[in-house]
Amino acid sequence: MNNKKISKENLIKTLFLLTGIISCAAVVIITIYLVIAGIPAITAIGLKDFIFNTQWASTAKVPSYGIGAFILTSIYGTLGAILLGVPIGFLTALYISKIATNRVKSILEHCVNLMAGIPSVVYGLLGMLLLVPAIRAIFDLPDGSGLLAAILVLAIMILPSVIKVSLMALNAVPEEYEDASLALGATEVETYVRVSVPAAKSGIAAAIVLGVGRAIGEAMAVMMVAGNVANMPSLFQSVRFLTTAVAGEMSYSAGLQREALFSIALVLFIFIMGINIFLNRLLKRSGNK
Amino acid sequence: MNNKKNYYIKRRRLDNIFVATCILAVCIIFALTIGMTTYILWKGLPEISLKMLTSKPSYLDESIGILPDLLNTLYIVVATLVIMVPFGVGAAIYLQEYARDSYTSKVIEFAAETLSGIPSIIYGLVGMLIFSQLLGLKTSLLAGALTLALMNLPTIMRTTQESLKTVPESYREGAFALGAGQWRVIRTVVLPSAKQGIITGSILSVGRIIGESAALLFTAGFAHALNGPIEGIKSAGATLTVALYVYAKEQGEFGVAFAIASILILLTIGLNMAVTLIGRSGRE
Repeated sequence: MNNKKISKENLIKTLFLLTGIISCAAVVIITIYLVIAGIPAITAIGLKDFIFNTQWASTAKVPSYGIGAFILTSIYGTLGAILLGVPIGFLTALYISKIATNRVKSILEHCVNLMAGIPSVVYGLLGMLLLVPAIRAIFDLPDGSGLLAAILVLAIMILPSVIKVSLMALNAVPEEYEDASLALGATEVETYVRVSVPAAKSGIAAAIVLGVGRAIGEAMAVMMVAGNVANMPSLFQSVRFLTTAVAGEMSYSAGLQREALFSIALVLFIFIMGINIFLNRLLKRSGNK
Repeated sequence: MNNKKNYYIKRRRLDNIFVATCILAVCIIFALTIGMTTYILWKGLPEISLKMLTSKPSYLDESIGILPDLLNTLYIVVATLVIMVPFGVGAAIYLQEYARDSYTSKVIEFAAETLSGIPSIIYGLVGMLIFSQLLGLKTSLLAGALTLALMNLPTIMRTTQESLKTVPESYREGAFALGAGQWRVIRTVVLPSAKQGIITGSILSVGRIIGESAALLFTAGFAHALNGPIEGIKSAGATLTVALYVYAKEQGEFGVAFAIASILILLTIGLNMAVTLIGRSGRE
C-alpha cells in the first residue's frame, strides 16, 4: 500500500474519531459551564444557607435565596410519581411480557409508544384543564394546582420509560428458568413472581431509576399544573420544583437572582448525574447476566 | 387429601387475583392512551381552520394563526437533522468500525449515555449560555437547533450503531479481501446496509424535536413572526410546542392550544407508524 493511501485512511479515521469525541466534549462543556455559572451565587449566598434555607424571595426588598423547599418538593414529587407509576408500569410490563397474546401485546406496545411520543406540554395542557379542576372539585379547594396534580401528571409521564425498560428486562429472562419452575409444579403466576421477576431485578431497578430521572428532570408539564408558588411541599398547596424554579424566573431575572437560578440548575444537574451513574451500574449488571 | 386440594385451590385463587391486578394496570394504560388521544382530537380538531393554518397572529382582528409556528417547527427539524445526522452517524461508524470495544469507545458510549440522561431544561440553559451568548447567535432558531442536535445525538448514534452491528462480518471481510481500504469498505459496504438505522434514528429524533419545549424556551424564544427559511433560522421563533405552552399558560387561549395539541398528536401517531413500517420492512 502506498503512503498516500495510508495517510488518507488515517485522516478519515481521525475525522470519525472527532465526530465521536463531540459527545465527550459536550458532557465536559456542559459540566464546566454549569459549575462556572452556578458557583458564584452559591459562594455569595453560602452553601448551607442556599441548600437548607427554605425561604425563596428573589424579588423581595431583602432577597432570600434558599432552595430547601424546591429540593424537598422535587424529592416528594418524584417519590409520589414513582409510588404511583412504577406498580402500574411494572404490572403492565409483566402482563405484556408473560401473559398477553400476540395481538394484545402489539396493541399495548403501540399504546406505550404513543404515550412516549406525546409532548410534555400536551400532558401539561390535559393536566391543567382536566386534572386541576377535578382536584379542586373533589377536595373542595380554592385552587387545584399543586403537588398532587404534579405527582399525577409525572406518574403518567414516566409510565412509558418504566414499561419499556422493565419489559426489556423481563423478556431477557432465559426460558429455561421458567420451564424448570413450571416443571417443579409451580403455577404460571408463581413462576413469574418467584423466578422471572427476581431474575430480572437489576433491569427492573434500572426502570425505576430511569423513572426517577425522568420525573425529577421534567419541567414544562409540571410548570403547567404545580402552581409555582415557593411553598414548602404539601399535597394540596401550590409548589415549585427545582426545574420549574429555573424555568419560571429565567426570562426576567438579573444579577444575583439570575446567578442563583444557575446554581439551582447545578444542584439539579448533580442529582441527575448521581442518578445516571447509578443507572449505568444497574444496566451493566443486568446486561452481564 | 382434602387439605391438598384446598391448598391447590388457594394457590389458583391467588394466581387469579394477581392476573386480575395485572389486567387492571393494563386497562389503566389502555384507557389513558385512548382517553387522552381522543379527548385532544375531539377538542382540538374542530378548532382547526384553514385561516388558522395559513396566517399569523394578528392584533387587528384579534385572530390567532399558527403558520409561523408550523414553519418554525419545520425549520428547526430540518436544521437539527442537518447538524446532527453527520456527527451521529460518524460517531457510530467510529465506535463500530474503528474502535470496537476499545477504551476510547467505552468513554464515548458513557458520554452518550450521560447526554441522554440530562433533562431538557438543563440543555436549554447551557444552550442559552453557549450558543446564544458565547457564540453570539442570540435567541434564534439556529441556537435552538444546535441545542437540540446535542440533545438528540445519542439517539441517532445508538440506532445507527445497532444497524451497523447487523451488517454481517463476512461482507466486510469480503471487501477487505478484494483489496479495499477501510474507508472504501465503510462507504460501499457498511453505510448502505446501515441506511435503515439512520432513517429510524432520524424519525425518532424528529418526534423528540417536535415534542421538545423546555430546551427551546431560552434558546429559540417565542416570537410569532412569519419568515422565510434563511431569515427564519436567524431569528427567534416559537415551535408548535412552545406556542402551545404560551397560549395555554400565559394567554389562556385554550382553543388554539387544543388545536396545536391535536396537530402534535397526529404527528406523533404518523411518526410512530413510520417507525413501525420501517422496522417491518427491515425484518423482511
